[in-house]
Amino acid sequence: MKIELEVNGQPRTAEVSPWARLLDVLREDLRLTGTKEGCGEGECGACSVLLDGEVVNACIVAAGQCHGRRVVTVEGLARGEVLHAVQRALVACGGAQCGICTPGIAVCAAHVIDRKLLAGKPVAEARAAVRELLAGNICRCTGYQLIVDAVLVAVDEVGDS
Amino acid sequence: MEPRAVGAPATVGTSLPRVDGVAKVTGRARYLDDLDAPGVWYGATVRSKIPHGVLDGFDLDPGYDWAGTGTVFVTAADIPGKNMILLIEEDQVALVPVGGRVMHVDEALALVAAPTKALAIAACAAVTPRITVKPAIFTMDAALAAEVKLYGDDNVYKQFLIRKGHARDAEFEAIVAGAAHVIEGEYVTGAQEQMYIEPQAMMAEWREGRCYIVGSMQCPYYVHKAMKALLGCGPTDVVIAQSVTGGGFGGKEEYPSMLAGHVALLAHKAQRAVKIVYERDEDIAATTKRHPARTRHRLAVDAAGEIVAIDVDCVMDGGAYLTLSPVVLSRGVLHAAGPYRCAVTRVRGRCVATNHPPHGAFRGFGAPQTTFPYERQIEKLAVLRGEDPLALRTRLALRKGDSTATSQILGASVGSDEVLTAIRDCAGTPPVRAGVAANGSPLRRGRGVCFYFHGAGFTGSGEARLAGRAQVAVVAGGRFEVRASSTDIGQGAITMFTQIASDALNVDPARVVVVDPNTRDVPDSGPTVASRTCMVVGGVVDRCCRRVRGRLEAWGREHGVTGDLAALANAYVESGAPELADMVQYEPPPGIAWDDATYTGAAYPVFGWGACLVDVEVDLDTYEVKLLRCVQAIDVGKAINPIIVKGQIEGGTLQALGWALLENIVYREGRVANASMTNCIVPTFADAPELETIMVEVPYPFGPSGAKGVGEIPMDGPAAAVANAVSDALGCAFDEIPILPEVVAASRDRWRLA
Repeated sequence: MKIELEVNGQPRTAEVSPWARLLDVLREDLRLTGTKEGCGEGECGACSVLLDGEVVNACIVAAGQCHGRRVVTVEGLARGEVLHAVQRALVACGGAQCGICTPGIAVCAAHVIDRKLLAGKPVAEARAAVRELLAGNICRCTGYQLIVDAVLVAVDEVGDS
Repeated sequence: MEPRAVGAPATVGTSLPRVDGVAKVTGRARYLDDLDAPGVWYGATVRSKIPHGVLDGFDLDPGYDWAGTGTVFVTAADIPGKNMILLIEEDQVALVPVGGRVMHVDEALALVAAPTKALAIAACAAVTPRITVKPAIFTMDAALAAEVKLYGDDNVYKQFLIRKGHARDAEFEAIVAGAAHVIEGEYVTGAQEQMYIEPQAMMAEWREGRCYIVGSMQCPYYVHKAMKALLGCGPTDVVIAQSVTGGGFGGKEEYPSMLAGHVALLAHKAQRAVKIVYERDEDIAATTKRHPARTRHRLAVDAAGEIVAIDVDCVMDGGAYLTLSPVVLSRGVLHAAGPYRCAVTRVRGRCVATNHPPHGAFRGFGAPQTTFPYERQIEKLAVLRGEDPLALRTRLALRKGDSTATSQILGASVGSDEVLTAIRDCAGTPPVRAGVAANGSPLRRGRGVCFYFHGAGFTGSGEARLAGRAQVAVVAGGRFEVRASSTDIGQGAITMFTQIASDALNVDPARVVVVDPNTRDVPDSGPTVASRTCMVVGGVVDRCCRRVRGRLEAWGREHGVTGDLAALANAYVESGAPELADMVQYEPPPGIAWDDATYTGAAYPVFGWGACLVDVEVDLDTYEVKLLRCVQAIDVGKAINPIIVKGQIEGGTLQALGWALLENIVYREGRVANASMTNCIVPTFADAPELETIMVEVPYPFGPSGAKGVGEIPMDGPAAAVANAVSDALGCAFDEIPILPEVVAASRDRWRLA
C-alpha cells in the first residue's frame, strides 16, 4: 500500500507492505537511520518517535496506521545545525555513552521539555518525574544519573528563554 | 611533571565534551545496521535445539525455493581454513560439522543467506538438523561428578590453587582449627546478560580475494586472529574494521569472532556483501553471559578479630566451550581473598564444562563473583563481633606495604583509606528501621556497605606479553592522527585519547584525530578489555605523542621553522617529507615480577579501590526491595575526563545493582527460557536510585597523568552491599543473588525483624 505521512515537517510517501513496521519505513524506505532497533518488542525504547505528538515505539506501530499522520524522529529535533536544548545538554552532561539508546531518549526527553511536563516542580520531584516519564527507555551504559542531570539542565535552559 | 608550555590549556582533568557526542545525540552516528550497503544480502543461523548430541545431517525442505531465490546454504564443509574460533584453545567450532558433537542449545550448525531478511528467516526455518541426542550436564555438581564427559576426564577447563603462608593442607587446617571463630558460608551468583542495546551485528564482503569485515566489536585483532585461522589466509588477506558500537561490557569481546566468521563464510559463498544483525531473542539465547559461580568461604579470626586464615573454593560454570573461562577464573581467584590483611590464605578455583552456551567476558570478569562472597563473610564477622561494619573494614584493610593473597607487596596508589573515609564521611544516619508504605504495607529498612579492589590491566605478565602498541602521525591540516586498535564502545576511549594526545602534543584537541580502528591502518594495541585502555594504551599514546612532538620540534629547529606544534605539523606536511609517525610499545613498570607456576607475585600492575554504601527498604507484603540510596567511592588514580569517569562508575554500579536484585537468566534444560527483553529484565530509569559518586584520586605513577583502570571496578562491590543491606533489614542472611521478591518471600521463616 502507499502511505503518505509527514516526517520531520516534510511530506513523504512510501510504498510499503501494510504490516511493515513504522521503524522499517523510517530506516529502510526513508533512510532515516537515527531511529534504532534494540529489541523489536517495545521494551527498550531505542526506536522512540513522536506520532502526532505522542511518544510511540516505532517497532510495534504498523506502517498502515501512520497514513496521514505526523512523525518526528531524532533527525527532526535540531533546527538546522542548532541542536535541541536536550541534545546539547546530553552532550554537555555526559548523558550519551555508546549512543545507541540516545536517539530514543533524546526524542522522549525533548517531548518532556517541549510539553513542559516538569513545569513548576522542585528539583527532587522533577528528577523523580523524569525517571517515571523516561522509564520506557533503557540505557545500559550510564546508570541514568547523567541523563536525568541533562534533562534538568535543558529544562532550566528552555525555562529561561 | 613536565611544565606545560604556554599555548593550549590542559584538557586532562577537564570534562571535554565527548568527541562523538553530537553525532550520537543527532542520530548521525552510523552503527553497523545503519551503514549503506547496496545489494547486501541477509544471513541467518541454523541453531541446535538439543543441548548435547551428534549432528547426523540436515534435511532441506524442498518447499522453500532454494534455487529461485539464490539462497546460499553454508555448512562446516565450506570452511576454507580450520573449523575453529581461535582464542585460547582450539576447541570451539564455527559450525558443527556433520558427524561432530553438538555441545549446547543454540549452537550454530549451518548458515543461510538470501536477498531479504524475510527470505533468510524462511530459509533458516526450512533447514532441519538431524541430531542423535546424548545425555547432557546442566549443573556444576554434575560436571564435577563427570559421569558424562564433556572436556577431558574431569570436565575441568582450568583450576588454580594459590597458597600463602603455608605449604600443605594439613598445615592450613591446623591454623584454621586454632582460630577463635570460623565463619563458613556458601554463596551463589547467577549468570548475567550484558544487554548492550545494539545487538551483535557484522557484515562481510570479499573484494579481489580479500575479506573485509566490519561490525560491532571490542577487539578487532581478536577477530583478525580468529579469521586468519578460519579462512586459512594471511594477515593482509582479511581486514577487520569496527563500526560505531552500541555497548559491549565484555559481550563483544570474544563473540564477534564467531559472527565475523559466519558472515565471512556466507559472503564468500554468495559472492556479495552479507550482513547479520541478531534479533534480541537470538542474542540473549546464543551469546555469552557472566559465569554463574558457587563459592565456599571460610573466614578464621582470632579473639581480637584479626583474620588468621582465609579459605576460598570457587567453582564457575564455563558452559560448553573453554573460550575465555581460564582467564575469567584467574581474575576471580586473584580477587577472592579480598583487600584484607591476612598471612595465611588458600584459594582454590575451578571452571567446569556444562552444556550451557559458553559463558564469557562481562565487566569485572570473574571478580564480581568472588567479591560477593568475601564481602558477605566480612559482614557476618561484623555482626558476630557487634563491630561497626565500616570500622571493621577500615581496621582490616590492605594498605601500602601490605601483601595480597599472591604475596604482592602493594606499592604506590593504594586508595583504601581514602575510599573508606569518603564513605564514612558521607554516610549520615542509617535509615529508620521500621515504616509503613502509603498502601499500608509494613516496611523494614537496612544499610549495607562493602569494600573491594580491582586489578587494572592484564593479569601477571599479560601486559608485557601483549606488548600493546599505538602510533601517532603528523597529517595534513596541522593535525595529528592517533592510531590504536582500542575501540570506543561508549566508555569514551576516543575522547580520552584526544585529551591525552592534546596535552602531550600541546595542541588544541580539535587538532587530534583518533582513527576509527581497523586492522589495516592501526597497530595492535591489545584488546579493549580489563580496564586497560586508558591506563595502558593511554600511556602508550602519551609517550608516542611526546616522541612525535620532540621529533617535530627538532625538525623545526633544523629547518628554521617556528610556531606552535600545529604550525610545525602543517609546515612539515607541506614540505613533502615522508610521513612523520612514531610507534610506541607498552613497557611494563619496573619491579613487576609474576610467577605463573605458583600464581604468586605482582598479579596486577596496580589496583583500583572501592567502597560502597547502600540503603534499602523491603516491603514485607510484596517482598520488593527498593534502593533508597547508593554511594560509591572509587579510587581511579586520576580522572582524565571527570564526567566520562563518573558515567563509567555509575553505569557499572547500576549493572551491579541489577545483578543483585532483578537480573536473572533462567536456564531450562540448557536453554535460556527468558530470552527476550520482556522477561530478561535490566534496570530502567524508574528502578535506578539517585547514584552518588565520589571519585578519589590516588595517582598511579605509571599511568597517564596518574590514571588507572576504572571500567570494571564499579561492578564488583555493590551486589554485596545490597545483600548486606537486605540482610540487615530482615535480620537474616542473603547469600545468593539475585534477591528477587520470590527469594525474599521464601525467607519469611528466617526473618528476625527489629
